[in-house]
Amino acid sequence: MSALHQLSLRELRALLEQKQISALELAQHFLGRVHTHDAALNSFVNLSEERALADARRADELLAAGQGGALTGIPLAHKDIFCTQGTKTSCGSRMLDNFIAPYNATVVERLQAAGTVMLGKLNMDEFAMGSTSESSFYGATKNPWDTQAVPGGSSGGSAAAIAAGLTPLATGTDTGGSIRQPAAYCGITGLKPTYGRVSRFGMIAYASSLDQGGPMARCAEDCAWLLNAMAGFDERDSTSSEQPTEDYVAQLNADLSGLKIGLPREYFGAGLDAGVAQAIEAAMAEFRRLGAEVREVSLPNSELAIPAYYVIAPAEASSNLSRFDGVRFGHRCAAPKDLTDLYERSRAEGFGDEVKRRIMIGTYALSSGYYDAYYLKAQRVRRMIADDFARALSEVDVIMGPVAPGVAPNLGESLKDPVAMYLSDIYTVPVNLAGLPALSLPAGFSQGRPVGLQIIGKAFAESRLLNIAHQFQQVTDWHRQMPQAFV
Amino acid sequence: MSITPNEVKKIAHLARMSISSEEVERYAHDLSGILDLVERMNQADVQGIEPMAHPLDMNQRLRVDSVSESDQREQLQACAPAVENGLFLVPKVIE
Repeated sequence: MSALHQLSLRELRALLEQKQISALELAQHFLGRVHTHDAALNSFVNLSEERALADARRADELLAAGQGGALTGIPLAHKDIFCTQGTKTSCGSRMLDNFIAPYNATVVERLQAAGTVMLGKLNMDEFAMGSTSESSFYGATKNPWDTQAVPGGSSGGSAAAIAAGLTPLATGTDTGGSIRQPAAYCGITGLKPTYGRVSRFGMIAYASSLDQGGPMARCAEDCAWLLNAMAGFDERDSTSSEQPTEDYVAQLNADLSGLKIGLPREYFGAGLDAGVAQAIEAAMAEFRRLGAEVREVSLPNSELAIPAYYVIAPAEASSNLSRFDGVRFGHRCAAPKDLTDLYERSRAEGFGDEVKRRIMIGTYALSSGYYDAYYLKAQRVRRMIADDFARALSEVDVIMGPVAPGVAPNLGESLKDPVAMYLSDIYTVPVNLAGLPALSLPAGFSQGRPVGLQIIGKAFAESRLLNIAHQFQQVTDWHRQMPQAFV
Repeated sequence: MSITPNEVKKIAHLARMSISSEEVERYAHDLSGILDLVERMNQADVQGIEPMAHPLDMNQRLRVDSVSESDQREQLQACAPAVENGLFLVPKVIE
């Protein structure tokens, strides 16, 4: 039999239901793995052992009473951007190093109600601003496939912990690619749902018109189970969608014959790593065998997405992060001489470099006299990008392509030039601007590091995306591979 | 587009972040680089295009105008740096 950390959610649930293992033993297995392996990865910022054991005992009672649901007793860990009542919620920042959340995020509350066992909180780029998980106040997370490489970001702790078998499930958030890109770099599966599908309440805000929480796991089926518990309307989030949810597991086995896949020609231009291109091509051959039809589409304004994003996201961030003032919660400087000094030094000490850069760009873009040239213009470009997707998705059912132009870079490489790092999000950022759902799944390797395939769908097509990914995973085994050092 | 050290100081003040003189040059360089990237937008012809504020063009929902929150002052102030009698303390503002 495979080890517990190599099993799918469905297999784990069968063991729990047949009483071959208890939720407590399962929790202890994963906590033990974190103790053994996480020193090499730094994927967890906080291990909540007592809470995990208490959650597990409660789950065992429910299971014994025959009242278990799909996720009862299943361990998971949250990206440290989700508020967890009574435990530290740092968002990877010194600013919140002392912050004990006074309430739970809706996502946390729902997963708790579903009977999951919370192992702890996962490392991330500070305030979710970054593509490598190196900007965390708690140090960089490393990629389990090669500890010289970054795991991607900002949900790098989530992706690394799943890839190394330290947790079967994790939550993530995606503002410009922060679920999909680390999923790709670490060889796991991650879904960014449609904007508004998963509640943002209690999820520390970066750019509110782009932020979206979603599931991360080894395979699409596990993501579907996790999304079932996460998704749905929440009156505490003013942009939560009232569109009814579906059972995201129900359509997993639907046949793919006749599926129309579009490949945007702009996603296969110069700058795409040859090994990545090859893996995507091989995946298309697989989809053709499954009965799909592959054709070219065009997203002509793709190149404008990163420039527009670096106005919209920092502008929203500068406004969102103004709440960190050293008065109500978070870091406060020592011995402030007046109120301005209190604000200025608390913020200067509490925020790291990348966060400061984005706050300043946003402040500049929104400052008097510049609004039309930057923010308004970026919002117009945003519509052009959304219109591109609408046009392409009227010709095909889904769009596929790479998640990132290359595989995970080495640690330290991206810190030299922020703009070069920003440009590596070229295939993920447009999706956030359009608010569409997109999934990343493992599709091979290049230079020994994992390659991700991206599947982009129409608004609220999560079920279809998970179905397509699941069918691919029935005929491939990329998602079952584990890095040697963590088997 | 390049940002001058003086502009950096002004922006940092607007954002209420103190900045050391050694940092000013570096931020001027970094922010200018980011603005160069942003200005690639200028190649787009956006005339007549409606700005998009919300990804799905959804309307903002309004809630019923009634009390929905209970008093949680103590719980919410538990993580504040300095409080007294239910008030947040800051350095003296009015002489």
